[in-house]
Amino acid sequence: MQFQFESLAAFLHMDGHGPFVWAAYAVTFVALAALAFQPRLQRRRLKRELERQQRIEARRRSVEAQRSRAAEPA
Amino acid sequence: MSSPETAAHSFTPAARAVPGFMPLFRSELLLALRRRADIANPLLFFVTVLALLPLGVGPEPELLARLAPGMIWVVALLATLLSQESLFRADFEDGSLEQLALTPQPLYFAVLAKVAVHWLVTGLPLALLSPLLGMMLNLPEGGYLSLLLSLLLGTASLSLIGAVGAALTVALRRAGLLLALIVMPLYVPVLIFGTGAVQAAVDGYAYGPQLAILAALLAGGTALAPLAAAGAIRISLDN
Amino acid sequence: MAWQWFHRLGSPRWFYQKTSAWMPWLALASVLLIGAGSVWGLGFAPEDAKQGNSYRIIYIHVPAAFLALAGYYIMAISGAIGLIWKMKLSFVVMRAAAPIGAVLTFIALFTGAVWGKPTWGTYWVWDARITSMLILLFLYIGVIALARAFSREQVADKACALLALVGTVNIPIIYKSVDWWFTLHQPATIKFTEKSSIDPSMFYPLLTMIIGFYCLYAWTLMAHTREKILQREWRTSWVQQLMRGKSMTESKAG
Repeated sequence: MQFQFESLAAFLHMDGHGPFVWAAYAVTFVALAALAFQPRLQRRRLKRELERQQRIEARRRSVEAQRSRAAEPA
Repeated sequence: MSSPETAAHSFTPAARAVPGFMPLFRSELLLALRRRADIANPLLFFVTVLALLPLGVGPEPELLARLAPGMIWVVALLATLLSQESLFRADFEDGSLEQLALTPQPLYFAVLAKVAVHWLVTGLPLALLSPLLGMMLNLPEGGYLSLLLSLLLGTASLSLIGAVGAALTVALRRAGLLLALIVMPLYVPVLIFGTGAVQAAVDGYAYGPQLAILAALLAGGTALAPLAAAGAIRISLDN
Repeated sequence: MAWQWFHRLGSPRWFYQKTSAWMPWLALASVLLIGAGSVWGLGFAPEDAKQGNSYRIIYIHVPAAFLALAGYYIMAISGAIGLIWKMKLSFVVMRAAAPIGAVLTFIALFTGAVWGKPTWGTYWVWDARITSMLILLFLYIGVIALARAFSREQVADKACALLALVGTVNIPIIYKSVDWWFTLHQPATIKFTEKSSIDPSMFYPLLTMIIGFYCLYAWTLMAHTREKILQREWRTSWVQQLMRGKSMTESKAG
């Protein structure tokens, strides 16, 4: 087994078929990478959403605590 | 809707063997015949679109003859599809679909009855009208009979397949385009063998095999499509 | 005993925790195999006598096409398992498989078109296999569109499973009919290379790529399924704990 091309330029050119071959590989890898990274983006969005919910929950609790303290007869 | 028990007496034992089919079929047919516009609209669509074809591609008879089998079939397919969105819609909205699903009779026969009526008021008139349009589009005379027969068999299959899509989308508000999107790929075999039959006849070959395959598709569709549509109705009623 | 295993498999939580250990290994295997296969196929496999170097697209086209079709069956079978045994996890796998399959079908179509230009002189021919692939893409798009139309996930799950099953019954009929249609209309000017036995020096890189794509498919399907599990179960305590633990360690590191 040996490298089929004489130089890097010949490898990129591929006797005129280079643009087609490289375009096919590039689009494929971009599409596959997009598929692979989509879950990570979703994870980040979910985490932000959960943190927001927690903040709302915490604020609600503190407001309730204040209110119950204010309601107590001095 | 008349209750199945009271109407069942007047039918033959064979009809009574398929529970709930005949009474529903009769009432559905009466309802459909009363709504004349719903019958006329697909036919008018069919004629209008095919009248646009020569305006689009030019009036050369040879070109039109070449395009006629495929175009007539595609437009018949679209006309069937467009009329199918309302197949279960009214019954879903007034609650009778839910009642139908609750009766002890299998939903299979109810769906089959509705599809049969749909075919009688759209597919059958489309097929009967098709030789006229074939003539306007300069279809060679040898193709008329095969066009009529292939559309008779094919539109019935289209109605059956479309019923599954209509049942899946009945609970959605704007279902028209979605229905087209999910059902069109399933129409492919019917379209291929339908146009294949007409093309074979025009070219002077036997078109029996294609018609036989269309009949086989129809038989398979009759067995399976109402089952799938019944399942889809039960899913849609959950929404 | 066997049924206990089966029911545990249906639990999204069990799936999430079990697959955590597999994910890095699958990712490593797919990156190594696809990387090695690409270099091998692009640089070291011999040139095709008839098509020249453009044939090197085969190393991504064939694996993508394989998985595009296999992916539809995976989607439909998991949908059927969900409908029959009311298994939550199975529906999640089905929903995750739809976009992945659509992207793979698109890749197969795109690479096929780009391959066609230097080989047949045109990007698109209505060849039987290309047409079937296009219809497969429409089938995937139908499932995705239907899933998006429903507001309730459970109804969307069942509706998509049913549509995928109907599609599965149809796929062999569609393939056969398109095949028949193509033999009827085959233009005489376009000659397709007849089936010839592929040389081992070209076949081994292809095999490497196919195995690599299978690994990548498994990894991607798992990753998407795991994400969807978290999204659906975010109210449960185990997800909340998991997310909180993650964010704490990350804030320490950052």
